[in-house]
Amino acid sequence: MSLLDIKGLNLSIHSTQILRDVSLSLEEGKVLGLIGESGSGKSMTALSVMQLLPNGAEMSGQIMFADRDLTAQTESQMCALRGGDIGMIFQEPMTALNPVQTIGDQVAESVRIHKGFGRREALIEARKVLDKVELPAAEFPLNRYPHQLSGGQRQRVGIAVSIACNPKLLIADEPTTALDVTTQAEILALIKRLVLEDRMAAIFVTHDLAVVSDLADSIAIMKSGEIVEAGPTRKVLAEASHPYTAALLEASAHAPERFDVSADTPLLEVRSLTCTYPGRRQHLLHKPDPKIAVNKVSFTLQRGESLGLVGESGCGKSTLARTILGLITPQSGQIALDSGTVPNGQPMPRHMRAKMQVVFQDPFSSFNPRHRVARLITEPFHLLPNPPKGAERENAISDALASVGLAPSDARKYIHEFSGGQRQRIAIARALIARPELILLDEAVSALDVSIRAQILDLLSDLAQKFGLSYLFISHDLHVVRAITDRVLVMKSGKIVESGSTEDVLHNPVHPYTRSLLAATPVLSI
Amino acid sequence: MLRYALKRLVSLLGALAVASVVVFAAIEVIPGDPAAYMLGLNAAPETVAALRAELGLDAGPIARYINWVTGMLQGDFGISYTYRTPVSEMVGDRLWISLPLALYALALSTIIAFPVGIWAASKRGTSVDIGIMGFTQLGVAIPNFWFAMILVVIFAINLRWFSAGGFPGWGGGLFPGLKALTLPAIALALPQASILSRVMRSALVDMLDQDFMRTARAKGLTQGQALRRHALRNAMIPVLTILGLQFSFLLAGAIIIENVFFLPGLGRLIFQAIAQRDLIVVESVVMILVFAVILVTFLVDLAYAAVDPRLRVH
Amino acid sequence: MRSLVIGGLLAGTFLFAALLSFVWTPFDVTELDIAARLQKSSMEHWFGTDHFGRDLFSMIMVGARISLAVALVAVGIGMGLGVPLGLLAASRSGSLLDELIMRSNDLIFAFPSLLIAILITAVFGPSALNAIIAIGIFNIPVFARLTRGGALSLWTRDFILAARVAGKGPLRISVEHILPNITNLLIVQGTIQFSLGILAEAGLSYVGLGAQPPTPSWGRMLAESQTMISFAPHLALYPGIAIILTVLGLNLMGDGLRDITDPRIRRTGR
Repeated sequence: MSLLDIKGLNLSIHSTQILRDVSLSLEEGKVLGLIGESGSGKSMTALSVMQLLPNGAEMSGQIMFADRDLTAQTESQMCALRGGDIGMIFQEPMTALNPVQTIGDQVAESVRIHKGFGRREALIEARKVLDKVELPAAEFPLNRYPHQLSGGQRQRVGIAVSIACNPKLLIADEPTTALDVTTQAEILALIKRLVLEDRMAAIFVTHDLAVVSDLADSIAIMKSGEIVEAGPTRKVLAEASHPYTAALLEASAHAPERFDVSADTPLLEVRSLTCTYPGRRQHLLHKPDPKIAVNKVSFTLQRGESLGLVGESGCGKSTLARTILGLITPQSGQIALDSGTVPNGQPMPRHMRAKMQVVFQDPFSSFNPRHRVARLITEPFHLLPNPPKGAERENAISDALASVGLAPSDARKYIHEFSGGQRQRIAIARALIARPELILLDEAVSALDVSIRAQILDLLSDLAQKFGLSYLFISHDLHVVRAITDRVLVMKSGKIVESGSTEDVLHNPVHPYTRSLLAATPVLSI
Repeated sequence: MLRYALKRLVSLLGALAVASVVVFAAIEVIPGDPAAYMLGLNAAPETVAALRAELGLDAGPIARYINWVTGMLQGDFGISYTYRTPVSEMVGDRLWISLPLALYALALSTIIAFPVGIWAASKRGTSVDIGIMGFTQLGVAIPNFWFAMILVVIFAINLRWFSAGGFPGWGGGLFPGLKALTLPAIALALPQASILSRVMRSALVDMLDQDFMRTARAKGLTQGQALRRHALRNAMIPVLTILGLQFSFLLAGAIIIENVFFLPGLGRLIFQAIAQRDLIVVESVVMILVFAVILVTFLVDLAYAAVDPRLRVH
Repeated sequence: MRSLVIGGLLAGTFLFAALLSFVWTPFDVTELDIAARLQKSSMEHWFGTDHFGRDLFSMIMVGARISLAVALVAVGIGMGLGVPLGLLAASRSGSLLDELIMRSNDLIFAFPSLLIAILITAVFGPSALNAIIAIGIFNIPVFARLTRGGALSLWTRDFILAARVAGKGPLRISVEHILPNITNLLIVQGTIQFSLGILAEAGLSYVGLGAQPPTPSWGRMLAESQTMISFAPHLALYPGIAIILTVLGLNLMGDGLRDITDPRIRRTGR
């Protein structure tokens, strides 16, 4: 018998159709992976089960949970189910917990509501649950506050809140998306263990097929509010009978055609570069110890090469990128680009900066919303001694837009008229327009859906060949690095711990950190 | 926690010190000799010189500043130029009208605003919310001294529930004193309560959209429970900021509104002093008010730390 | 949107009345007519007359000049000094300069505008100009804080980083990228400070620290009405309502402007 049976679910919010005829079922103790790109309606399906939809939502259809139709429950009946028989984990561990309440109280609250325990009893129970999610009492007493914990630890607290009353069904909405790969692997292992131990059924909502491929018994693939394909995981992945599933599979393993254009002449040479930040002041009169963000880093990037830089958040890769771009003056070390060298302790000269550009991760914050595309993409002209004017400028704009697959008429539009993928193309056009030698791609495809990501990777590969560009490709995602780079640097705690050709490093990692990164990276198992 | 409190205290004492320099310097630039002014036009130069020496006006500005500050620290605010009595005596009784009035109004404003703001937020978007917001919009626009005059017309002149002004003193017990301050306190409190309840509502509404509120709902809390147990304490952070600012507005408002009710508070004293150019009184009263505001700011800072654990660590 | 229109109409009416009063008022406000003193409202004197027989409606029209001018110039002072200070502080965030700017702002904040007015009046004597300065000084930290806060959140955005990569300096970035993106914020706060300025001006002239006779001002009209309130309450009623409606209009405008410019509200409305 099914624990959860969704039949013909339709949902519209402010009369915009979000879900169309969604039907799903889930057996007791089984895991369902609900997969889709952004806007596919996967999260709204999960929230429909919780009956926690935003204002203006209208729903029709049936959601049967253990013989009760959730769409017909009163609000107080739903309150008894939420956190009781159905628990839910959310994406953003940094904001999902109340910042002014202790973790003990937050976990205990679930127990107090559903089991009617007093505070003291509930806290004893909370302690047990926190132990269960591997937050031991010695390091994580009940009176800790969320801000004293890391993202992964906070997500464990979030899990503890949701499983405190031994739910029959656990809904996890992108629970690992905001986390680093190694933390993601730990959280995935934890969820897997809890589901098995307590024989919980679970719905795992994600955009990443690889994350659920060895966790879910069955998967359902969503697109534009509809389920396009559903069935046992192995069968769906092996057969990929629906074209969208096939396209999704192709895109997530996509490797663009690469052309070897690298020459053996160094373009960028970084020599024992060190950057420090002033640390937190411990005492009013005590000078704070500096924090070392980048520690004696040296590497060479050859002309025409695509070099990967891999590391988890806080490893110093962003500081390194900003130093290379001349935004941060390093404490010591040297940067040489082409034939120019930065004089020691001096800001980077303009003619060197003109040879580099950057594409950032977030296509939504990369552009001034008040400027038109023409003005946005010509900003790097500021670096040129004689920037093009008049017709010459117009041609440069059209060329740049054309080379990223946009129309010249797009120059007159504002940035909000474009989708995420188009914005990333505009960001690349901005990087190209001043004809740089080197483009830094700082997690440039990380925020994109897999299908868009594949297109952007193809574009980058084409452009490298066409303009003889070199890339420094910064990413946390080993799949992407494998697809687009020739050589790779692995960075940890401000140091390069391993470097070599991408194939070698990813197949025969030497450093234990590289190995743990590889082990943690989810692999699509078909 | 202690370190945070000390840090705030040091910073506020610094502000107090700078404020005293500013006030002193402002009064210092005024031309004219207070001693000559006190003695009138026909005074003999020797008498003026003697008085100057007595008042310590002969010393340089830095020495006089130090004298002034050390005097204040010992409760000695100098001698009034006009009345030739110690300023501390003149200020003493009057302070115990203005200060209680401001606190009374603050208490009223808080007691009204909290439930109203919470109510409006919990009924967000309904006619209750819209009605409350419209009413507070009007309340914000009302000048408190005008409202005070209207209250006098209604409750003192027509209904005769309260006397139209004056103050019986605290000697006759707490109740008559409080009664005399009630109309002024209401006049002060209602516009401030309107502001505070709007802030309370919008802080709560901001919290309703936070991720942790969704977590709370997913635990099985009702909307109302989640609001009271999770949103309220987080919303207190912006509310406290406004509460602290309100005290300084209420103190200023109290000084103005004393005129409506003929209350012998600091307001009457300072406006008289300005008219008579009794600058030492002006100087002292302004410093006392600044001190009161800074003290309240410090208390609000402590309250922040009590509400927000993130402040206690650093 | 509706509140913007209603607020704009209310505030616009008083602005119009103030401008009109330069060329036309029903009666001359400097002309005393003791025989017609303390009249209730009538067809001839819409709001009645005061104890000198002056037409109250005309006085309120002329009084609007001072109120609006004082509040407007005070907002100008606050923006003119506060916004550049806030931009500067944000562009050097965490530096000694930032610390210095923000600390001195805190200091000004500790002085309610009334205390500033008291100090200034004690030094220079009461006048409308001193009221402007007092309210204006109080507005500086309001705008400096708002600007700095808005600018700081923009400085962390990638498009600022892109401008820095393009070699633009803090000044240029502040003008080209920061300022246009906080204009909405500043306009909304500007209307709010405008309305607060009107209340503050009324309070100051009520206690005699603002515009001096014979210039009519709403606050002083209220002060003068006080001794006659038991037998001529209309003298207090109409100037008070004028203040309330102007302030209400400006606040409604501020709310309306915030609603149409706040992306959060636009998002939920979509």
